[in-house]
Amino acid sequence: MDTGREQAVLTVDGVDALFAALRDQGYRVVGPTLRDQAIVYDDISGAADLPRGWTDEQDGGHYRLTRRDDDALFGYVVGPHSWKQFLHPPRQRLWSARREDGGTEVTAEVTPPGRFAFIGVRACELNAIAIQDRVFLGGPFADPHYQARREDAFFVAVNCGQAGGTCFCASMKTGPKVEAGFDLALTEILDDGGSRFLVEIGSDAGRDVLVSLPKTAATEQDRSVASEIVARTTRSMGREMPDGDIRELLLANLEHSRWDDVAERCLTCGNCTMVCPTCFCTTVEDASDLAGVETSRERRWDSCFTMDFSYIHGGSVRTSARSRYRQWMTHKLATWIDQFGSSGCVGCGRCITWCPVGIDITEEVRAIRGGG
Amino acid sequence: MAKASRPRLAVWKFASCDGCQLSLLDCEDELLAVADAIDIAYFMEATRGRISGRYDLSLVEGSITTPHDAERIRDIRRISDVVITIGACATSGGIQALRNFADVREYTSIVYARPDYISTLATSTAIADHIRVEFELRGCPINKRQLLEVVSAYLAGRKPVTPAHSVCVECKLRGTVCVMVAHGTPCLGPVTHAGCGALCPSYNRGCYGCFGPMETPNAPALSQHLAELGMEDRAIARLYSTFNADAEPFREERERHGP
Repeated sequence: MDTGREQAVLTVDGVDALFAALRDQGYRVVGPTLRDQAIVYDDISGAADLPRGWTDEQDGGHYRLTRRDDDALFGYVVGPHSWKQFLHPPRQRLWSARREDGGTEVTAEVTPPGRFAFIGVRACELNAIAIQDRVFLGGPFADPHYQARREDAFFVAVNCGQAGGTCFCASMKTGPKVEAGFDLALTEILDDGGSRFLVEIGSDAGRDVLVSLPKTAATEQDRSVASEIVARTTRSMGREMPDGDIRELLLANLEHSRWDDVAERCLTCGNCTMVCPTCFCTTVEDASDLAGVETSRERRWDSCFTMDFSYIHGGSVRTSARSRYRQWMTHKLATWIDQFGSSGCVGCGRCITWCPVGIDITEEVRAIRGGG
Repeated sequence: MAKASRPRLAVWKFASCDGCQLSLLDCEDELLAVADAIDIAYFMEATRGRISGRYDLSLVEGSITTPHDAERIRDIRRISDVVITIGACATSGGIQALRNFADVREYTSIVYARPDYISTLATSTAIADHIRVEFELRGCPINKRQLLEVVSAYLAGRKPVTPAHSVCVECKLRGTVCVMVAHGTPCLGPVTHAGCGALCPSYNRGCYGCFGPMETPNAPALSQHLAELGMEDRAIARLYSTFNADAEPFREERERHGP
């Protein structure tokens, strides 16, 4: 594929050398790895920690690992985790205070730079991070904790070689080809000789790391094979978001009977919001010790599916499952556009796969639009 | 804090296994801090003591199963400023509430050699069914961190942080892979009150519902999914028939699938 960016070809050993080079530069290398019968994101020490030869089978409320018939390093799509676990962690202390003689000393929490190198980041995920960037850094007040973790992050993106059963990035125009926001982007090319990787340079930092690695020049054939891989992935999306103006559609149908229908199935468990790579809502929790000397405030992921989320003086505003599901979906797909200038959905399919009862956001939109 | 100004604490036991009271002793590292902050005036599991005077805080474990206990809990309310019930027995009747769906006389005739010595009620009920309580702490057993949080919050005069959302949220906060979605393991997490820190799923087990129903449980929708995973009606009914069997949403779901 000719993107106008510099390209080269790495072997599996070259990818391993890339991880080592990043670690030598002081990065904390985090990528996909196997745990508890799933592909999660965690610290990895080398290419050997990647889920080599594994893939995932996904559907509404369903995820299973299966063996591939090759040794692909990136032959799967996205799993239960997302990078927000690292950039916007589930719990973040904000400050602590201590009662001293006659006064109180308050200490603000300072988050040290994250220095993350994220490996295997997909196009939908880069788009999700760009959305969270707008949420946390785009307004007049930047979130210092997100900023510290985000600022020096290094992204090794991967163009998806296949689409998952719940993927719909093609219809959200957020993938499968990575377009921006990466330092290096890999396309895994599998043939009789195993895996090789067409690597595309997306930044100066990417170029600097690549310089030291064993690599060969990219050929015209490599480029066209890589192009075909991405085109094939685009054609095999497991789901599709209906086209048309979804914002207009949802806001014009706030009293549609489908909201009652989905409320019958919705568990209000909050899983969809927890796995969503763009959902950013938090609550704050205060702690105090038994002696009444120390206290602290912590920020924790919250969900618009909890009763506390909409609690104001006297009670919760959104008590029904109908109102909570509608709040989540209309925010994600409609009012998010008013608030942040883009849809809040990147088509990664996590909310479909990890909903215990498999509620499908694309199917709900289709039902509201009518016509099957 | 001066010893004289410490609030007086009592820990009371009704029909229960004592496990929740033991959570207080389990605090080990924090126990001295607890004793520093609060005067443990009556706690039979830990000290010999006499019931006398008033108590600022009463922790009540266990359910009401006898006419005598139904009287005793009223006395405790009278001498306590704040009553906090701890554990599934106290908050929903416990496992012994299975008697509520059966003939207790038949049970006693099977279990006891001289059933005529037994004076018991037909039901096992939550403390809040008998008296007003200020706060209910869930769990079978309760989580000791949550117990410390409740006591700390009481001392600071603030609301304890004990969210009523699903166990799923706790799984996601700790990064645990969903056992139902990824393994097909039946799990009550989506309808169960948080508080344990999603203990069982972190060991690849489904949630047993020890903390009872979450704030807005949709048990029928979960049961339908469990049926799709291959669970039969009887098994689904049994899943809801444990430590919180008589908590309304679980009882209703049990009845929907039970004999």
